[in-house]
Amino acid sequence: MTNAPRRFALIQRLLHWLMAVCILAMLFIGAGMVSTVAPKYLPLILVHKTLGFTLLILVLIRLALRLYYGAPPLPADLPGAMKLGARLSHQLLYGLMIVMPLLGLGMLWAAAYPVVLYGGFQIPALLPQSDGVHTLLWNAHVYLGFAFFALVLLHVAAGLFHALVRRDGVFETISLLRPRNRMTAAE
Amino acid sequence: MSLSGKLPRAGLGSLVLIAAVLGGGVVAFAYTAGWLSPGRLTPERMIEAFAPPSGAALGHRRNHAKGICFTGTFEANGNGAELSRAKVFEQGRYQALGRFNLGTTDPNAVDATVRVRGLGLQITAADGEEWRTAMINPPFFAVSTPQAFHDLLIASGKKDPEAMKAFIAANPEFSAFAAWAKTAPWTGSYAEEPYHSLNSFIFTDAKGRDRTVRWSLLPSAQPVPVSQADLEKRGPDYLEQEITERIRAAGPLRWTMVTTVAEPGDPTADPSKAWPENRRKVQVGTLIVQRIEPERDGPCRDVNFDPTVLPQGIRVSDDPFPAARSSVYRRSYDLRAAEAKDYPRTGTAKP
Repeated sequence: MTNAPRRFALIQRLLHWLMAVCILAMLFIGAGMVSTVAPKYLPLILVHKTLGFTLLILVLIRLALRLYYGAPPLPADLPGAMKLGARLSHQLLYGLMIVMPLLGLGMLWAAAYPVVLYGGFQIPALLPQSDGVHTLLWNAHVYLGFAFFALVLLHVAAGLFHALVRRDGVFETISLLRPRNRMTAAE
Repeated sequence: MSLSGKLPRAGLGSLVLIAAVLGGGVVAFAYTAGWLSPGRLTPERMIEAFAPPSGAALGHRRNHAKGICFTGTFEANGNGAELSRAKVFEQGRYQALGRFNLGTTDPNAVDATVRVRGLGLQITAADGEEWRTAMINPPFFAVSTPQAFHDLLIASGKKDPEAMKAFIAANPEFSAFAAWAKTAPWTGSYAEEPYHSLNSFIFTDAKGRDRTVRWSLLPSAQPVPVSQADLEKRGPDYLEQEITERIRAAGPLRWTMVTTVAEPGDPTADPSKAWPENRRKVQVGTLIVQRIEPERDGPCRDVNFDPTVLPQGIRVSDDPFPAARSSVYRRSYDLRAAEAKDYPRTGTAKP
């Protein structure tokens, strides 16, 4: 990792925070829309479908950027367990970002619903109607949605822990703002 | 990094802040999901209100559970294109799939015990764009709001006669529906019934002009009144046998689709209020029902007749019911799909 970057590239940082806002919105919209029969149900589900599909495209771009630019290394003094936790949680977050929209699309296809996004953009069905497949994908979408939210909270906690408690420069690698001081230069 | 020196004091405040952020996140999520709001009308509560004392019929729709599939054609005459740019209104023939049904939670209900009859319909344009609608035969709906419908289900499920009296006092619009249920003649055939959207929707024409409309399917078959007692004597599943036999003997059945255009001030948000008789009516086409198949293995089984599956050129209005129906139908579909083994297809039942 001789020429590893010290921070994520600007485009990576912008994409991270844009997707962070959208993913949080998706989790809340998802939980809210299935618990209401009010008129807002329809706009919520339309936004959920449209934003979900958009996020699927964004995460693919983000993965490509990650492969191209790489990621800054974690501080050398970070305990091994935290390093492992960081690596695993990030892999899980990427996995969920890819899998959740696919499960959502799949469960709609398997229920024979036309998938129509904002503006009337229709995604053709790639799966036939199937009770069993629908139930499997729907359960996975719901329970992985809860897991996703828990993981996002863990990620937020870890980020704040780095920023406020350890002050080890990890948060600054993804922060949109310039690091205020030279705290990062622990080396 | 000075983990040893400043951590205890600065760290404690920070840890409290982190805990507060997490706790706040969890509470906000729980609130959004309705877990902190026992009074919120959720699709689950609506479905619980439908369930009979013996429990829901697993594998079946949670309401309108008894039904039979049909396939046929929607023949658009082109008149609808003036009101809506939806492709299904351009002159032509479009694939139609649907389901005649009874407004009951019991898939084995005796036909003569169910007052409300319905028709679910899916029309598919040449490019695959779908229009789904679920209509019933009363000329107006029982109540004004989804909450009132929930309250009606709760009140009518109670043994205490005071419950219904209190409900009617709180929802006086129900009296008109009760009068219809009591006095409107019964018929001995799905083919002799009209079916009404009851909910209003907005049609948008090619120039972008919006009009609020309701639609109906009016039967070409002449209604022959029959008493409820006589219908009962014909057997518990007479309607399904009759429609099958009628098409076998006499060929396809027809309904004219009529859209009624609201005028300013008409109660577009309240399906319990009919619009005045003199409103402009446009005949947009004919539904031709060509083939009947039992639901168990039929093509309508897997279709959720969600009334918010609409083509470009039709959208929901200020009527609160389509959104509520969509939400509850979705939940009903999720449940019955997961329970498919309780309502096995013949192919899977006997391998």
